[in-house]
Parts: sequence; structure tokens; C-alpha cells
Amino acid sequence: MPRVVVDVMPKTEILDPQGKAVHGALHRLGFDRVVSVRQGKRFEIELEGDLTPEVVAGIERAAGSLLANPVIEEFTIHVEG
Amino acid sequence: MRIGVVTFPGSLDDGDAARAVRLAGGETVSLWHGDADLHGVDAVVLPGGFSYGDYLRCGAIARFAPVMQPLVGAARAGLPVLGICNGFQILCESHLLPGALIRNDHRTFLCRDQRLRVDSVATAWTSAYETGTEIVVPLKNGEGGYVADERTLDELEGEGRVVVRYLGGNPNGSHRDIAGITNARGNVVGLMPHPEHAVDTLTGPTTDGLGMFESVLGSRVAP
Repeated sequence: MPRVVVDVMPKTEILDPQGKAVHGALHRLGFDRVVSVRQGKRFEIELEGDLTPEVVAGIERAAGSLLANPVIEEFTIHVEG
Repeated sequence: MRIGVVTFPGSLDDGDAARAVRLAGGETVSLWHGDADLHGVDAVVLPGGFSYGDYLRCGAIARFAPVMQPLVGAARAGLPVLGICNGFQILCESHLLPGALIRNDHRTFLCRDQRLRVDSVATAWTSAYETGTEIVVPLKNGEGGYVADERTLDELEGEGRVVVRYLGGNPNGSHRDIAGITNARGNVVGLMPHPEHAVDTLTGPTTDGLGMFESVLGSRVAP
């Protein structure tokens, strides 16, 4: 079954409080060489049928309208399997 | 005047919003997220809460609820719409208002009575106030940090579209202390604080929030 993966990350200029919290926790655990952490989301989308360019373009539209908010996030798409 | 209050799965403050409308002299109409039309209402309130569990991003799934399709069209055509808290997040996700709301910079849920200044009275929802009026209404959210790029922020300031601003310290990291904004036409307003919780002294810190509902209803009686 073809799978399209969409990775969503907060834009670099947008504050990422969750990443900061994880960063702080890593320091408390002794990972003191960690300089920064940013947290994003990964969507694994399984599809039926052939993975045509049209299908991938459709996922790209879905990523730009629903999965990511382009005001504060950016996304990348790749095909797996 | 009939004001619709939308209930999404996970809405919390639809009851208080409807009560505020009634106290201000309006008639309320309950709108369901699955409704495909607005039942002829004259204005709409998108209430606070956690629509669809805040899954994905706050307001991101509500944006695509059936009721939002006619609402977005009507708002663009001038229907007065007030988005409170989660409703503000939905308006931003719908691109009816610019920018976005992100997690509070201090990472904690904040609930307190918040001092605000009304900076724009040229909207459907603030015309009953005087410019510069200070009000106190509850603020309660975990993701209330208003962000937008510098150009958008300059545009909002230049066009007088910052409706309310935080006073006495920025509670969540919002750019330029912005608590609420409006669209270019002034019919769509979104804000994070909760005017519907400040409509009578029994349940709220003040009655300062009533003016928002009286504004749209044109029902404020001169003191």
C-alpha cells in the first residue's frame, strides 16, 4: 500500500514552547550538549490504488490547507515504500 | 435581532455566549456544527472551548465543519461574526482574520481576570465603547499567543484593526500585546479574552463584556 509522509515543523521564526520544554527536560536528564529542540508533527497517509502525480498533488493541497497552517508552519512531503 | 451561537463538539462557552446575547437584549439561535445553513441569523458568535478536542491545531478541524462553509461566505459579505478564544482560533484558521494563535510562551494554561484597552470602536462588536476604554474580563487559555509577520502587524496597527490590547503585562507572549483584531470591514472580530463571562456581577468580575453584545444589537442605553 503506497504511503505518503507529511512532516510539519513550526517556522524557525515562530516560538516553539513545546520544543523549549523538551529541551529543558533533556538538560535535566544530563544531555547538556543539546543546543536546541524543535517539535513538529509527522503524518503517515496510506492510500489505495496507484500513487499518481495527481494523488500526490492532492495530498500536497491537503497538507497546505489542513495538516499544516502556512502562517506558522512549513511542511515537506515524501513517498515511502 | 437573532444571533446564532455555534456549538462544535467540544465547545464550552456556547451557553454563556447565548446568555450574554439574551442579557444584552438579543434573541439567540443555536447553530450546530453540522448545519449546512445559518437559519437566517443576523450575526454569529463562535464560542470558546476545545472544538474537536483541539486536535491537529486549535480550530483547524472546526474550520472545515459544515456550518463554516456558509459562515465564511456570509462573513466575507458583511455578516457580523465574533470569535471568542477558540472562536478566534477558528477565525484565524479560516483566514477570515490574519495571523495565528500559538501556545502561551510560558507554557501554562492561564485563567485570570484580565485588564484590556479597547483600541478600536469602529467594529460591529465594539461600537458601544469609547476608544481607550479600559475593561476587565476573564482570560483563560493555553494557546493564546497571537503571532503574525511584521508586515501583517504593521498593517493591523496602521489600519486601526487592533481591537483590544492587554494591559498590565503581556499574559501569553502575544505580539504587540494584541488580544483581539478585526478584518478590514470591521464586521469580523476575534479576541482571546471572554467578554461573555463578564456580563453580570454574580458570575463575572465586571459587566464590561456586555458592551460587545450591545454593540452588535445596537441596544446600549446611554448612561
